[in-house]
Amino acid sequence: MLATEKAGARPGSHATALLAEADRLMTVCNSCRYCEGLCAVFPAMEMRRAFPDGDLNYLANLCHSCGACYVDCQFSPPHEFDVNVPRVLAQVRNESYAAYTWPAALAPMFARNGLAIAIVAALSVAAFILGFAAWHDASVIFGTHTGPGAFYRLMPHNAMALLFGLVFLYAMVALAMGLRAFWRDGGVAPLAGGLWQAIRDAGTLRYLDGGGIGCYNHDERPNDRRQFYHHLTFYGFALCFASTCVATLYHYLLAREAPYPWWDLPVVLGTLGGIGLIFGPLGLMIAKLRRDPIMVDEPHLGMDFAFIAMLFATSLTGLLLLVLRATPAMPLLLALHLGVVFALFLTMPYGKFVHGLYRFAALVRYAKEHKAFTSR
Amino acid sequence: MADLSKKYDVLVAGGGNAALCAAIAARRAGSSVVLCEMATKFYRGGNTRHTRNIRCAHDAATETLSGPYPEEEFFQDLLQVTQGHTDEVLARHMIAESKTVLDWLPEQGVRYQPSLGGTLSLGRTNSFFLGGGRSMLNALYLTAESLGVEIAYEAEVVDLDIDNGMFLSATVQRGAERHTVRAATFVAACGGFESNIEWLKQYWGPAADNFLIRGTPHNRGTVLKMLLDRGVQETGDPTQCHAVAIDARAPKYDGGIITRLDCVVFGIVVNKHARRFYDEGEEIWPKRYAIWGRLVAQQPDQIAYILFDASSLKLFMPSLYPPIEAASICELAGKLSLDPDVLEATVTEFNAAVRPGTFDDTILDDCRTEGIKPPKSHWARRLETAPYYAYPVRPGITFTYLATKVNKQARMLMSDGKPSANMFAAGEVMAGNVLGRGYAAGMGMTIGSVFGRIAGREAAANARN
Repeated sequence: MLATEKAGARPGSHATALLAEADRLMTVCNSCRYCEGLCAVFPAMEMRRAFPDGDLNYLANLCHSCGACYVDCQFSPPHEFDVNVPRVLAQVRNESYAAYTWPAALAPMFARNGLAIAIVAALSVAAFILGFAAWHDASVIFGTHTGPGAFYRLMPHNAMALLFGLVFLYAMVALAMGLRAFWRDGGVAPLAGGLWQAIRDAGTLRYLDGGGIGCYNHDERPNDRRQFYHHLTFYGFALCFASTCVATLYHYLLAREAPYPWWDLPVVLGTLGGIGLIFGPLGLMIAKLRRDPIMVDEPHLGMDFAFIAMLFATSLTGLLLLVLRATPAMPLLLALHLGVVFALFLTMPYGKFVHGLYRFAALVRYAKEHKAFTSR
Repeated sequence: MADLSKKYDVLVAGGGNAALCAAIAARRAGSSVVLCEMATKFYRGGNTRHTRNIRCAHDAATETLSGPYPEEEFFQDLLQVTQGHTDEVLARHMIAESKTVLDWLPEQGVRYQPSLGGTLSLGRTNSFFLGGGRSMLNALYLTAESLGVEIAYEAEVVDLDIDNGMFLSATVQRGAERHTVRAATFVAACGGFESNIEWLKQYWGPAADNFLIRGTPHNRGTVLKMLLDRGVQETGDPTQCHAVAIDARAPKYDGGIITRLDCVVFGIVVNKHARRFYDEGEEIWPKRYAIWGRLVAQQPDQIAYILFDASSLKLFMPSLYPPIEAASICELAGKLSLDPDVLEATVTEFNAAVRPGTFDDTILDDCRTEGIKPPKSHWARRLETAPYYAYPVRPGITFTYLATKVNKQARMLMSDGKPSANMFAAGEVMAGNVLGRGYAAGMGMTIGSVFGRIAGREAAANARN
């Protein structure tokens, strides 16, 4: 009777061994609570006494991987209690992406996402180049085109819009279905409130701050800058998206055709966003390489890198296109850029992009729970 | 890697809160400082790793403290928990110094947060470390390093050269090498002897084999013993240690706070003969939890079982190890290897003695027993709702009271009453000066930080002269 199995282990059924381990960790942490002030995961944990899979997936997606609880924990490895919350929650989080995938048949995409992205990107680029060539004669691809509508001499705007509209729509549907599955699995949440709080928490990356002094990444010094690089990436992405939207409005409402002059809104937004999307992903990638391996979910690193690399490639090809758009390199660069963007959209529901959605949903749930809990 | 061949102004033995506060204070006062921690980098910090708050006097509420905690109130609390076994001059000095320590620690990088969930009663008096004791230690180590304190890990002080109360050098074992470390002053901040089972056996006999040690396995009292052997005056009861009842399934060492169980007041406690042995509802839990280690230590085989039923399961904090569950008392006895007939009889007798009352675990309620020995004075409710649960418990030793005698400068006193020329002590190794018995949350850290800072300051001044 007194034989000790791994401390905190509970009999019970979980879908995977990782979820069972996450349950054990949350049981250990719930009997300690020293990390309560570091982030949202631990207060959310304290509102529970048991941890079914849906709750664990919620907690895992609430975790921002700041690393503070690992560095601060008296029971982290090599201690026999083996408490490694950042790693196990990263693993559970990555598993959860696959678990909520729509359609479910595509779940294996997550496991091979690095490879899948490369293949889809290559195929997309090839398709675009072939498309350009097929639309006109091959010589167009190496010609110089300038002035309004220059881009559409290679591929008519409507064809481009249709293609991207379809892939965008598909991505939105697939993402929404995944989000719905994730939300339902977390159980009933209080109806009212939480949204604005979650928008602020996500927008400021409130919980990627190591509990106030900064994140931990490669050692016990809180000098990690992932929060800054993530801001560059996220807001860079948002600006690029805004640029596309403005350009679409220009096209349809004002009948103004791309390319636009450098000072015009789509170009300014796209350039600023593009710069963010160059330096943000680079910083994140370097941070990833430097991260203490003990906190890393090794098998899923490829997925992280693939997503960061795609963002970087989107931005790089976009900025190159801007700089070289009046030269004969334009058609090829345009094909490249569109191919990469196409691949980015197509693989969005099956890669690291989903972390943003699930984490935001987790923040909404937490804000609701927290509000209900404190007003009790 | 710290250079152990140089001569330093201050040598600090130990690597916990007291040692770090001493090292930082001495370094800030301009001294060269080397700190010898016998543990690895991960296990550095002794019992500080397992702490979570510090008790400091303060005259007004702060960002994280809900109200004032005057010096006099602190002193009265200390008097109460020690039942007067304290050195009033030292204690009052410590409490006065604790006021500035409250602000000094954040200046060294330590961060506070409001009291943790389930510890509301400490919200006014105790400052909780954001991220816990190891987080606090990490901050102190980073500060010490950046100030230029030399830190040697896996470096144990194995011998001391002391001449007539004057420290000359220490022999430090680091890996396979032995170094003679010379320093102008010496600060002992390396804990008590609770991890030294052989030493505990001198007072407890074979029972000590069944004790679990809640903190570091490194507090073997090596330096404490050497100091006492070389003429430093001792204080504090050598036979006593702070012991609470913890889950018997906890590891031998270093299980920390999470193996504690706060459910004694909700049920009954029986020994291996399935009989009750003490009033489980004598006082509210924070005032009584510290007697249960000793009570269990006095039972045969140093084991006991907390029994309760389904109605109490969710009244206390979730435990690390799951309670042992059974559909009947008889089945529970089987799972615990207790005599089922005796256990049934014990529970039946207890149930019959329970008087009607209104249960309220936040006050001394009127639910009590009548006509049994020992009684249960409060929160007595029948064990009648299946399933039934049990936690096995053993004595969990937190710290020992035996100490080196010190004065207000944290300077060690020799057995003839004269102050040592250059030796200081801080933390658990001298806690017995102010804490003759008992304990109240956060006082260990107060003793460590306050006397650590004093020792560092005084050692630096001593080294200058």
